[in-house]
Amino acid sequence: MSIIRYEEIHGKSLGFYALVAGLGTFILAALGSVYFMEHNGHHVTGMNNHIVWGLPHVFALFLIVAASGALNIASIASVFNKKIYKPLSRLSGLVALALLAGGLMVLVLDLGRPDRLIIAMTEYNFESIFAWNIILYNGFFLIVGIYLWMMFERRMNKYNRKVGIAAFIWRLILTTGTGSIFGFLVARQAYDAVIMAPMFIMMSFAFGLAFFVLVLMASYKWTERPLGDAIVNRLSNLLGVFVAAVLYFVAVYHLGNLYLAENTGVENFILMDGGIYTHLFWYGQIILGSLIPLALIYSPSTQGNRSMLGLASVLVILGGIAQLYVIIIGGQAYPMELFPGKEILEGYGAIAFYAPTLAELMLGLGGIAVALIAITYLVKVLPFLPESLADDVADSHHKS
Amino acid sequence: MNKNLNRRDFIKTTAATTAGVATIATGVTLSTYVSAGDQPVTDEKRWGMLVDTNKLTESDIDTMVSACQKEQGWGKETHSNEAQKPSWIKKIKVKDTATQRISNLALMCQHCEEPPCVDVCPTNASMKREDGIVLVDKHLCIGCRYCMMACPYDARSFVHEELTDQKEHMPRGKGTVESCTLCAHKVDKDEQPACVEAVNSDAVIFGDLLDVTSNIHQTLKRVQSTQIRADLNLNTGVRYSGI
Repeated sequence: MSIIRYEEIHGKSLGFYALVAGLGTFILAALGSVYFMEHNGHHVTGMNNHIVWGLPHVFALFLIVAASGALNIASIASVFNKKIYKPLSRLSGLVALALLAGGLMVLVLDLGRPDRLIIAMTEYNFESIFAWNIILYNGFFLIVGIYLWMMFERRMNKYNRKVGIAAFIWRLILTTGTGSIFGFLVARQAYDAVIMAPMFIMMSFAFGLAFFVLVLMASYKWTERPLGDAIVNRLSNLLGVFVAAVLYFVAVYHLGNLYLAENTGVENFILMDGGIYTHLFWYGQIILGSLIPLALIYSPSTQGNRSMLGLASVLVILGGIAQLYVIIIGGQAYPMELFPGKEILEGYGAIAFYAPTLAELMLGLGGIAVALIAITYLVKVLPFLPESLADDVADSHHKS
Repeated sequence: MNKNLNRRDFIKTTAATTAGVATIATGVTLSTYVSAGDQPVTDEKRWGMLVDTNKLTESDIDTMVSACQKEQGWGKETHSNEAQKPSWIKKIKVKDTATQRISNLALMCQHCEEPPCVDVCPTNASMKREDGIVLVDKHLCIGCRYCMMACPYDARSFVHEELTDQKEHMPRGKGTVESCTLCAHKVDKDEQPACVEAVNSDAVIFGDLLDVTSNIHQTLKRVQSTQIRADLNLNTGVRYSGI
């Protein structure tokens, strides 16, 4: 049995500093945007009283959903005992925590009163799914932190599986909570569907893995460490399965909605005549974010090609952002059914308009930058990455 | 020894100041939400409103909107665009798709018995008084806007800009959510909400839904009335007849 040796990256190259500087610039731009938005008030954003959650929420929820999904690799190793994934477990935990931190940063900084965060931490309404989520997010940091400790500390390795199971269950509850933010909103036609919770779980599998694959391939390429096909091809297959599963949930969600007469209006809006939302749904989410990645992953001409897997992962992420844009903003743009059987002539009922501003975009991108800079820094100070994931190392470990 | 004493004094002073500030701050907070008299708000009353769309004219609704703006001090925002400006009460014109009949009505917070905004609020800032009035505690609101997502009546507004020249009884703040308070500050002094006073006809009746002798109770017994989105089972305090 070969032993996996973990090693910090050197992090002294020009490329490393360029990466940190680039990410730092994005973070500064995000902080500048926050100052601009908070100083002036949200009137400088595209958000309004109808589109109350805008582009920052799209990024925040994308990152939070992806965070729980990124932990899957560790879960597969310790909960389902697939040893080939074991060397990736530490990185999996790290990516999960980093993505969650980035997502929460965006979420908090888009509050009307981010200075009152302490109230959110001390005043709980236990009927609120938001309040549950605050507990679930904090708990996730704690549990995954302990999980990482079990992995790093040799004498704690024996608890790895138990903590891994706890973390796995916690992350399922967490994404259920995130999906339920929308699933329980009875007033809005686009939401109010219990299927949103499992759909969000499947989305987290796909988005988190896509992010993980990119981080893994980039860090091994840039540090010139060997990364064999055995692991990469398995991750590629897994990504394909997850993307297909998301498509399945999306199909069931929309077919289920179409069956109910009360929801045909919103379905027509999203699927047929919703302008930007319809385009984002078909071209962004379905074609670019699902069908092309599936083709890249499974087509014999591109299968096993790392650049193509990288491209597929980028497309899954972009498709995921498009999907959340359609769910969050499209779902708000379509008016609520205030008077069934009546037509509203004045005062309410138009499709709400939303055009995101640069500040909102920079805040969202800042969240991704925070996640990436945290990963970049931590792989330098702690041994998260195996020095080699060449096939003979990874695979022999698998067979043992 | 001397050092110890100083530290103790410091702690004492700090504690006393903190307690003092906390007491005053609590008083300030509560003054907006608790009955101005000595009597605490109880569930023996349930405040409600009945809007008769057969009698309510379009100009009545405009009168209600301006009375609300004047009483509560909203509507003078200069930086917000039309979709960002607060709207505590608005005019809605609906046409029945079968009969083509057109009705006009004033739409505001419906003061639900089971308010979705209160359910979803993470910090208890959205709350319902014992007498059924649904309010936002501006001191607890973190501006997450989840209540606006949950409200089926589009009744809530987010303050998108810095405000000046506010009413003493109605503290408002950039970055927090607000909506119709049913003029709780007036109701607690046995007055009527500003919009009801302004219309001053039986097109809009305000009163205690539970009081069998009240005009609103009697009228609701007599005429056919409806709740908007009654299918959601929220049991609204605001009712409509004629739609």
